[in-house]
Amino acid sequence: MTARDSAAPGVQPPATPRGRVRRVVALGLAALVWAGALLVNEPTWDRVVYHWGGLSAATRWGSAVHFFLTDIVKIILLLVGIIFVVTVLRSYITLERTRALLGGRREGVGNVMAAGLGVATPFCSCSAVPAFIGFVAAGVPLGVTLSFLIASPLVNEVAVVLLYGLFGFKIAALYVTSGLLIAIGAGWLLGRMRLERYVEGFVFTTTLRGQPVPPGTALSFTDRMRLGREEVAIILRKIWPYLLAGITLGAIIHGWVPEAFFVRYAGSDNPFAPLVAVAIGVPLYSNAAGILPLIEALHAKGLATGTLLAFMMSTVALSLPEMILLRRVLKPPLLAIFTAVVAAAILATGYLFNAIL
Amino acid sequence: MLIKILGPGCANCAALEHATHAALAQLGWQAAVEHVTDYAAIAGYGVMSTPALVVDEQVLLTGRVPQAGQLADLLAAHTQQ
Repeated sequence: MTARDSAAPGVQPPATPRGRVRRVVALGLAALVWAGALLVNEPTWDRVVYHWGGLSAATRWGSAVHFFLTDIVKIILLLVGIIFVVTVLRSYITLERTRALLGGRREGVGNVMAAGLGVATPFCSCSAVPAFIGFVAAGVPLGVTLSFLIASPLVNEVAVVLLYGLFGFKIAALYVTSGLLIAIGAGWLLGRMRLERYVEGFVFTTTLRGQPVPPGTALSFTDRMRLGREEVAIILRKIWPYLLAGITLGAIIHGWVPEAFFVRYAGSDNPFAPLVAVAIGVPLYSNAAGILPLIEALHAKGLATGTLLAFMMSTVALSLPEMILLRRVLKPPLLAIFTAVVAAAILATGYLFNAIL
Repeated sequence: MLIKILGPGCANCAALEHATHAALAQLGWQAAVEHVTDYAAIAGYGVMSTPALVVDEQVLLTGRVPQAGQLADLLAAHTQQ
């Protein structure tokens, strides 16, 4: 153990100017390598698959293999970069601080703030129940708390940056805006419905004692970098099966499904398409990284954007495992109303985008 | 010394328990390590992000899993108070 490792928590190790310069240079180099790899990714696979591999871009195998290899490298690079940066930035915000900001807010303003903070606050679904109890027991209104819980998984950094990387700025901006509006609107509506009687009683009777230590206070810069690296490893380990399944399915659609197939059944002129997309998406559990390669392939086959966004939102925002977790604090009627309101809001968004895009 | 790990039983909770045992071994200390999985009890400590570490009913850490060395420093600093 070095002297630096044994420094007391809360006491920053004395950062020598040389050590700091070395860290900044290392970070800068890593960022350059990352950006370079992202730039040469597609040309490299063009060369490997079409030139060396002798496959033609016009054949099914050629386009499917090229899609698979290009996407898997692109998505992993994007994920590593995004998760690292976001984790480091988020280590400056805590759930406790967010709750303090939301306490005593009225509904309306509170819903807007909760949706915004839901995006910015570090949050994992395994903390959903303690966070719910902590918010409600501290006097944050139910609807405001629900706005937070809806926005947090829906508008997550992985989804947004992958949308930007795969579809461009316009779609990513549309997704963020509509995701926030859904969280604000659904939370506000649920708050208006006076559903407090469907919250398990122990939530209101829980007394908060103790002075919790905010997890951000004693972190050094090195700690934050380590958190970022660990989070990258944790998330990649968790999502790689989804990622692989999503990209494989995407590659198959890319190579083998004829153009007209989806347009006929799920094009913008089919009024039931978003409804079917949401009905399939709600019970399905996947994360943004697994679902996006699929969405990209479907998009290339001419599927309507609103239908695709609705499908993605419903898989990310609502899922069976999350419902089972939330059942510990919400009684079945509230759980059902919650699911219905969020699904309806997503559906409306799908129809709106199909109409205006 | 009574150590409690708060958390509903996710992977991070197990990681924190593991790190705590490693920290105790580094310090050469003996202590009971309990697991608190009940949501009401966890919330009762004012903890919202799990896993959390409670030593003698005082919350020392929430929402992350530190390295064993840092944990040992934290425990040592706590007993000096």
